[in-house]
This record gives sequence, structure tokens and C-alpha cells, in this order.
Amino acid sequence: MAKNIYEKIWEAHVVYEQPGQDSILYIDRHYVHEVTSPQAFEGLRLAGRKVRRPDMTFATMDHNIPTTDRSKPITDALSRKQVETLRNNCREFGIRCFDITDTRNGIVHVIGPELGLTQPGMTVVCGDSHTATHGALGALAFGIGTSEVEHVLATQTLLQRKSKTMQICVNGTLAPGITAKDVILAIIGKIGANGGTGYVVEYTGDVIRNFSMEGRLTICNMSIEAGARAGLVSPDDTTFAYLKGREYIPKDKAWETLISEWSAWASDPGCGYDRTVELNGADIEPQVTWGTSPEMVAPISGHVPHLSEITDADRRAAAARALEYMGLAEGTPITDIPVNKVFIGSCTNGRLEDLRDAARVVQGYKVDSSIDQALVVPGSQQVKLEAEREGLDKIFREAGFEWRESGCSMCLAMNDDRLNPGDRCAATSNRNFEGRQGKGGRTHLVSPAMAAAAAVKGHFVDIRRWAYK
Amino acid sequence: MEKFVTLHGLVAPLDRMNVDTDQIIPKQFLKRIERTGYADALFYDWRFLADGKTPNPDFELNAPRYQGASILLARDNFGCGSSREHAPWALHDYGFRCILAPSFADIFYNNCFNNGLLPIRLDGKIVDKLFHEVRACEGYALDVNLPDQTIATPSGEVISFEIGAFLKERLLNGWDQIALTLRHEDKILAYERARGII
Ligand code: SF4
Repeated sequence: MAKNIYEKIWEAHVVYEQPGQDSILYIDRHYVHEVTSPQAFEGLRLAGRKVRRPDMTFATMDHNIPTTDRSKPITDALSRKQVETLRNNCREFGIRCFDITDTRNGIVHVIGPELGLTQPGMTVVCGDSHTATHGALGALAFGIGTSEVEHVLATQTLLQRKSKTMQICVNGTLAPGITAKDVILAIIGKIGANGGTGYVVEYTGDVIRNFSMEGRLTICNMSIEAGARAGLVSPDDTTFAYLKGREYIPKDKAWETLISEWSAWASDPGCGYDRTVELNGADIEPQVTWGTSPEMVAPISGHVPHLSEITDADRRAAAARALEYMGLAEGTPITDIPVNKVFIGSCTNGRLEDLRDAARVVQGYKVDSSIDQALVVPGSQQVKLEAEREGLDKIFREAGFEWRESGCSMCLAMNDDRLNPGDRCAATSNRNFEGRQGKGGRTHLVSPAMAAAAAVKGHFVDIRRWAYK
Repeated sequence: MEKFVTLHGLVAPLDRMNVDTDQIIPKQFLKRIERTGYADALFYDWRFLADGKTPNPDFELNAPRYQGASILLARDNFGCGSSREHAPWALHDYGFRCILAPSFADIFYNNCFNNGLLPIRLDGKIVDKLFHEVRACEGYALDVNLPDQTIATPSGEVISFEIGAFLKERLLNGWDQIALTLRHEDKILAYERARGII
């Protein structure tokens, strides 16, 4: 019988199917970061347990670290303690940790694929909801809570119920300037912030196939913003070309053997899904969120909604609250929304291709005088190095951007990079929740090119009409 | 882990959809390395005025009539966003043991069961009705019975709810999941051998 990729990975990882209970599922990769792991390690210690597979567990520091000079100690005492705690836990339990000074350090969802740690057909977990990112490589990847982190550390397994499956098919051709970020925002706008709850999503169709691996990573990253714990793309030649030569690709097997093993995970032709959603790529415009949930999104040619346009009472109440928080009037054209901060980075859009896109836009331009801060924060140290090799840092600096060390930074504002109350930010990250980027801060989610253009113009503009220099 | 069997509790309403875990507990409280002590962090940005101390009089949960509530009545997609288990920790530390909503985000839903919290999905119309009753009647309390999978209202109406058999067992017994899984360690080992992992 034809099977989809989720069914194949699930079946290959069931250790034990317990009658009437959740299945025990084997985990191939467990990523750990400083914020959601201390209590899990403490739990192991209290129970006298070990980490079952330190060789399948990898740690990085990303959420809490400064993006300024790395040679200086972390000044925030609590942040420093958390980073030290992870360092000590990794030492105690024998886990490989990509520490702050390691050239492999970076945001967990950027470095996993970058190092070749995530491979097709794997089960991947992390105490982080954006773990779905890794699904771009054809892996079943999802976020878990800290108790589950402890469970995986102790047993290398997780208790799971089988999810329903949803196919999101994006066919046709995208207009020039439309990126993966616009596609995923359009998808979330269509199915809603809980449209994917209870499902694992497979992204299919010409548009997805034609995306680079980086574009696919952006799409899968935001699956959780539609409520889906996991989103995947079946592996293909783009996947294999991306993985070739990366550090953690098995060296004891011939490349052809790996390719044939990996190819077998792809969904079979004619396989079924519990639900299918279709979008036409040609209809997708550059997207900008106007509210405090990623589903509150509009095309650049559109406007902030009139409350009277929203029929559902709960949604109307939510929109009214969001407009108040965002300080926006009903019916405002999206292109009339000014910004005073710009953030380019995060596990959604902090990869090399994203930085190239943004640099191409700002080349030859200056950041507008109305902008108080424009930050570029690469997703990893490797991304930073490669970008510098290409001279992207110079383009950004000359235009008036700050060029930083890698990390989560202003995506969640746990370090010093944060919005002040009332700031309005064009951000390439994934969450526009109230206070996400700093208490009272207002976030508009956009693609890297759209964020760059907003930095130059001081308000949102249609990137399809940009005069590149 | 703490068990959950039955609960007679005061109900507090939180009438907003898509309440995300960043709202349930903002990031500045995630820097701690402990598992408890998050009661004051719950709904911090909503609960307190800009000084971070003075209770916000406009936030419904702050009303005197809802103090001591152990059941939270919420809207669609409760607990969306970040996977932070600090969210159920904060709800629990504040005193909540049960959350009623039309839908929950998947990761949050799972996290509740590891912390003795019972999330109950109810039809949107029933939730609407409960919101109405809670506000109309000060001291409104519900009786939640997990073995029977029922909620009894003060007027004697009985609402039944669905829950996975395994999740129910776990809460009723307060099982340590890891110990439970480790009873099958032989099967994990056999799996690892079969796949050539060891
Ligand atoms: S960049 Fe943002 S979304 Fe991604 S892992 Fe870091 S905090 Fe989470």
C-alpha cells in the first residue's frame, strides 16, 4: 500500500506498540539548548539516571547569549548561570556541546541541518517548538516539553500517539520577489493559527519542490505557527545536494547507498492524507502580519481589516484587541505602516540565502533616518563567516545596519536585544505575539527582502517593485 | 507526579483566543533553572501594570471574586506557540489544576499531563455557556470527575468530556513516565540491536 513519509518514519521507529496506550517511539537526534533543559538534567540527577545515548544528543547555546563581543563574559547573572549550567550538564553527562566560542555554535535549528546532523528518515526532537524546521530534510521533527526532554535523555524514546496527516500543496509559479516566508505566512493566513493542530503536515507541489533547502527550512519552521507540531518535505535531489559533504554525514557508507536509503523515505505516489489544502503559488503576494497572531496577515496590496469584515465573534474580539495593542486603525493600507526597528535573523530567516536576499535590497541604499535600530543577526557562526566571506556584512554596515554575532537575539528578546514599549519592528522571525520581542513592542512578520526594504523606506513597500542597484 | 482524580474548584474566565505561552509566562522568567516558583510570573504582562507589581484592575483574573480559582475557563487554541513547560508550571504554581477550552495547542496539551494538570476540550457552545454562567454567578464552582469523565455545574447539569484512555490513566495514577518506559528497556535494547545502533 502506498504510504506517506510520516507513516514510513513512524513505522520504522516504533519500539513498542502498547495496547490502549501511547507507542514508544525511538528518537534518532535529540537537540538540547540552555533554556528548556536544566530542569530535565536535574531530574536525571535526582533519580540517579544517566543519558542513554549521549552520542545521539547534541547541545548548543543560542537563546540567552549576547550577540555582541563573545570574548567578554555574559553580564546578566541569570543568563550566565543558565549557560554555565548547560556547559556543566554536558560535561557531566558526556554530551557534545557547541559552546559559545565554537565555530559550530548557532541557533539549534540552523546548525542541525548545517552540520548534517539532521538526515532524511530520522526522528528529531528538541525542547523547542520550532524543531519542525528539521522536517525540511525529510525528518520527523517536533518540539517537546522539558519533562519529555528528560524522558528522551533517560530512554532515547518518547511516548507518542499517531497524528493525523495533512498535505499542503502549493502549485504553480511564484512571482519574482516572493519567498518561502510569504508562502508560509499565506498558508497560515488560510488555515489559521490552529488549522494544523493534531496534524503532521507534508508540504508538496511545484513551488515547494523548486525551493532551495533554505526555503524549505523556512516553510517547515513555521508549521507550529499553524498549530502543526511537525512539517516535512519528502527528500529529493535538492536534499541530497544540500547534505553532501556536511560534517556529520556518515562516512562509512558510499554516497550512492545513502541516497538510495534516503530516497526510500519519500512519500509514495498515490499515498493518502487525512486532509489536503491547496494554494496557487501565482496568487501569493508579499505578506505582512498586522496583528498579534501569525494568522493575522495581509498581502502588501491589502489593508488592516475593518472589524466589520470579520464575522466570527471570537476572531473579531481578538482582532480588536490586536489592533489596540498594535496601535493600528482599521483599514490602514499595509504600505502606510511605518516602522522604527528592523530585525533580520532567527531560525526562520537567519540563513545565508536570507542574508543575501536582504543585502541585495539594501545594496547602494541607506537605512532611513526614521529607523532607530536595524539589526542583522546571522543564524549561526558558520552563516556569519560565509556571509562575511561574500562581503554581505560590509553591504549591511554601509547601509547603516548593525552586524552581530549569531543567536536567537531579538526573536524572543531574552538577551539585551529587545524592543522598547511602542517600538514597531519589521521582523523576519516567526512570532508576533504581544511582548514577544520586548514588552509593549509591536512586531510585523515579513520576509528578509521586505524587512530590508522597510529599513530603507521607513515603512512597508512592495518588494516586487524594488529598484535594485 | 501529582495525581488528578476529582476536583471541586472555583472557576476563573480568560476570554481570549490564541493565548500563547509567551503570555502565560514571558521570557524573562525562563532564565531560572528551577521547576517551581513561577506563580507570580503567570500572565505577568497582563496581570500587572507597567511597574510589574501593581495588579492591573482591568485584567479579569485579578478580580477579588476569582481569587483562589483552580479551574481556568479559556478559548480556542489555548497554549499555542513556544513549547516552554514553564507555562504549565506557572499555571500549576498559581493554583490551577484544570483548564477548560474548545481546543489546546498540541505541545501544551501534552505538557499538562506531565504536571498533574487536566486540560479538557469542550464544545465551543458549552464553553460559551460556561463563560456566561461564570460571570453571572459569583463563587461559580464546578465539580470535575476524571474517572467518570464528567463536569457537574452548580445547577446539577452534567457535562461529559473525552480524553485518551492512556492520558487518563497517567493522571489518575500520577505515574512517573520514565519509570514506566524503562520497564520496556529490553525492547529498546532489542530495537537498537536490530537497527545496528549498537
Ligand atoms: S530564533 Fe526564535 S524561534 Fe528560533 S529557536 Fe531561537 S527563539 Fe526560538
